[in-house]
Amino acid sequence: MTDHHEHTRRLQLKTIPLILLSILLGPLGNVLLGKGMKDIGAPYSNRLVDFLPLLYHAFLSPALWLGIACLLCFFLVHMLLFTWADYSYVQPATALAYAAVAVLSYLVLGEYVSPLRWSGIALICLGVYVVGRTHPNTTTGVAP
Amino acid sequence: MLEALFFFFIIVAGTGGELCVSRAMKNIGEVHDFRPRALLRFVLQALRLPWMWAGVTMMALGFFSLLAILSFRAVSFVVPFSALSYAAGAFGAKLFLHERINGDRWLGIVIVTLGVTLVWLSRNQ
Repeated sequence: MTDHHEHTRRLQLKTIPLILLSILLGPLGNVLLGKGMKDIGAPYSNRLVDFLPLLYHAFLSPALWLGIACLLCFFLVHMLLFTWADYSYVQPATALAYAAVAVLSYLVLGEYVSPLRWSGIALICLGVYVVGRTHPNTTTGVAP
Repeated sequence: MLEALFFFFIIVAGTGGELCVSRAMKNIGEVHDFRPRALLRFVLQALRLPWMWAGVTMMALGFFSLLAILSFRAVSFVVPFSALSYAAGAFGAKLFLHERINGDRWLGIVIVTLGVTLVWLSRNQ
């Protein structure tokens, strides 16, 4: 029983920092992609020839490349997590990104966050806490 | 009909893709070495697994379905459906990955799903 608790604790110590990293990288990547695309602007028309200059500008946009790098790292972190943690453990935890975005927009940008949104964030945190108390890995491997 | 098909792909292909990636990663086994060279070896190993490619393909299908539906439906209508992926993911993990989801974890997943729905309902406030 002590070994089981020790194993759970070891996995949690490894899992929680990576989940926090993914919560940072995902929204950051999306924001940078959005900024990069806004900087480039909309095409003049829907014709393919009008998309080509956009592709050229996209290729030169540092924000876009940084966004892609963040999202690739986000995907790598998830791949690493999935090597030892259950999908049903990792997936709900990633919902903390909603909370992170709201808290950051309140603290950094001074945006108004409605009571309904705070309630949603509180529920997400509670749900993640409840899931986080379970063992991160309930399988010993699946058939290839 | 087309709209229903896109919603199906967003939930089923998006979540199914993540489940396939998760299955591929379980086949690799727990990673202990986080140095850059070891991580590169890990990525190359992952890229050789069929489950990985199936997962990435399905995730891409889910993503493009989301983009397609956003072209004719409002975000506020589309995105609350993504909260369903938490429930779909839990069922998928149980059936496809044989994860043992106990009462606490089910409860947590339901609470998270409700929380995500509330956050999206509040987006115009």
